[in-house]
Amino acid sequence: MKDILTIFKIAIKAIWINKMRSALTSLGIIIGVAAVIVMLAVGEGSKAKIEKQMASMGSNLLMIRSGSTTSSGARAGMGAQPTLTLKDAYAIEENVPLVTQVAPSVSGMGQIVYGNQNWSTQITGTTPALFYIRSWEVENGSLFTADEIRQGSNVAILGQTVVENLFGVVDPVGQTVRIKNIPFKVVGVLKSMGQSAMGSDQDDTIIVPVTTAMKKLIGSQFPGTVNNIMVQTASTEDLAQAEEDITILLRQRHNITGRKTDDFMVRNLTQMMESAMEMSQTFSLLLAAIASISLLVGGIGIMNIMLVSVTERTREIGIRMAIGAKSWDIRLQFLIEALVLSLSGGILGIILGIGAALIIKNFFPDLLPIAITFTPMLLAFGFSGIVGIFFGFYPAYKASMLNPIDALRFE
Amino acid sequence: MALIKVEHIWKIYKLGDIDLEVLKDVSLEIDTGEFVAIMGPSGSGKSTFMNMLGCLDKPTKGKYILDGQDITNSTLSKLADIRCRKIGFVFQGFNLLSRTTAMENVELPMIYAHTPTGQRYQKAKAALESVGLGQRLDHMPNQLSGGQQQRVAIARAIVNDAPIIFADEPTGNLDTKTSIEVMETFYRLNRDNNKTIILVTHEPDIAQYAKRIVRFKDGQIVLDEINKNRVQVK
Repeated sequence: MKDILTIFKIAIKAIWINKMRSALTSLGIIIGVAAVIVMLAVGEGSKAKIEKQMASMGSNLLMIRSGSTTSSGARAGMGAQPTLTLKDAYAIEENVPLVTQVAPSVSGMGQIVYGNQNWSTQITGTTPALFYIRSWEVENGSLFTADEIRQGSNVAILGQTVVENLFGVVDPVGQTVRIKNIPFKVVGVLKSMGQSAMGSDQDDTIIVPVTTAMKKLIGSQFPGTVNNIMVQTASTEDLAQAEEDITILLRQRHNITGRKTDDFMVRNLTQMMESAMEMSQTFSLLLAAIASISLLVGGIGIMNIMLVSVTERTREIGIRMAIGAKSWDIRLQFLIEALVLSLSGGILGIILGIGAALIIKNFFPDLLPIAITFTPMLLAFGFSGIVGIFFGFYPAYKASMLNPIDALRFE
Repeated sequence: MALIKVEHIWKIYKLGDIDLEVLKDVSLEIDTGEFVAIMGPSGSGKSTFMNMLGCLDKPTKGKYILDGQDITNSTLSKLADIRCRKIGFVFQGFNLLSRTTAMENVELPMIYAHTPTGQRYQKAKAALESVGLGQRLDHMPNQLSGGQQQRVAIARAIVNDAPIIFADEPTGNLDTKTSIEVMETFYRLNRDNNKTIILVTHEPDIAQYAKRIVRFKDGQIVLDEINKNRVQVK
């Protein structure tokens, strides 16, 4: 085994003697490995982005919306009409046992005033159920009570951005603000949620009871309607059954019989997210596969140079054989040379890849999602080693099969 | 018992339909401690014969017994092993590894003989000192004169304590003065270290350092005699 070390030294020396050529040979591997690293980092990044989106949205969710407003053709007109009511939400809560949380909500924009400060922001009317679904936490103060929801009290919970813009250092809890000129008592402040996966500020919001919003803040031509109802089940397996139960219930409530089209739609958000995740994984795998092709091309480059090197060093091989090197010694020497070239290329490629990924992450965060993980590095390093052995084998074999007499005579 | 013993050696190259007989039924014995000059015009088969004796090539027919061991049908790997332990080569063109120091060149055979690293350094240094290059350990071949390069090659040939040294036209690329230096080195190795030396040359002056002269012509030995006019070296 000590001999392996010596052969490594010989290989490194041979590579060092032809510095420029070795560097250019490794370049193929360096670029290949760097590309694989960056591509896998992008893949991991998009995965993390979707996961974050899923986490912020909550899991095991069904979203019920009015009509098929987004679908094509004549149905769009019909669907544009809001059909879901608050009562639908209560009915789902009572009649579909698989459902654990039901959160109806309405939303709109509005101005909020405190003292001489004003701010325009998103107003969402909902119930505490949405807080559970989305894992929103009230940092200071408390959630709406059931009474407040029922009575449509003028209470509000503010997002951090709103607090910063209106209150500065003053504690907002217990203060009175005016939303669309109606006085509201601030009962709580949401814990900061930061940016959403889409890049919007999730803290720039005001939450009020859904009943209050419907009556006083977000006027609709269709009284009693809500924008959507979010439903959560205990487990992913329950989603399909819950979807069916809700559809039956709502058809009944909306008097839709026979073959008539639903005037609402139930979307399985978890499923959507999962397919988005699958798609992003397929995509990143594809990117990595393309990047591996450059690694393969780098390997062919190594083979090419090693073949040139064997021809050029025929005399050296002859000398080594004459003084006692066996075929195996020669084969090992050239194989290790190829391996050292590819592995050093691999290491440099990893460094370059991480560097590029870090640059994208820190200077162009909106360009691509990036997540740097350890596994791709190990994978790329191992793969470059395999490339070295695979493409180094033929030149090494060729070298070892030389006839020492002919090799010594080679000019 | 003879150190080297070849019996009825033939070497035949096939060139298309023609069989080229380079060695024809050659038999020879060489004992330990001999200094043999193999002479002959080019094309006489002397180099082929030396390659055969040096285990670089195999005979087409015949028998080769080296150090009591029949190696006629040995594998290439076995022959490499024999070259490693029993044979040292010195060539006309020096055949040192370029861009590699004198020390590293001399260490090379020991790598293939699996000599431990520490010992390698000591032995290489001692071998270079014995050929008078103790001050040139870290010089590259292109920083050394022809004579010095050839002495590095000699150090490389003896470093594994091989009992036999083959020298193929060792002075072919050297001027007269350095030729004498190199030949005196061989002379002393034979006299003081009891190395068996087999020298291939076509220069009569150089052959005068040998104890015995074997002359080849057309693939056969035409003369095998004791050298009566041997040069004496102090």
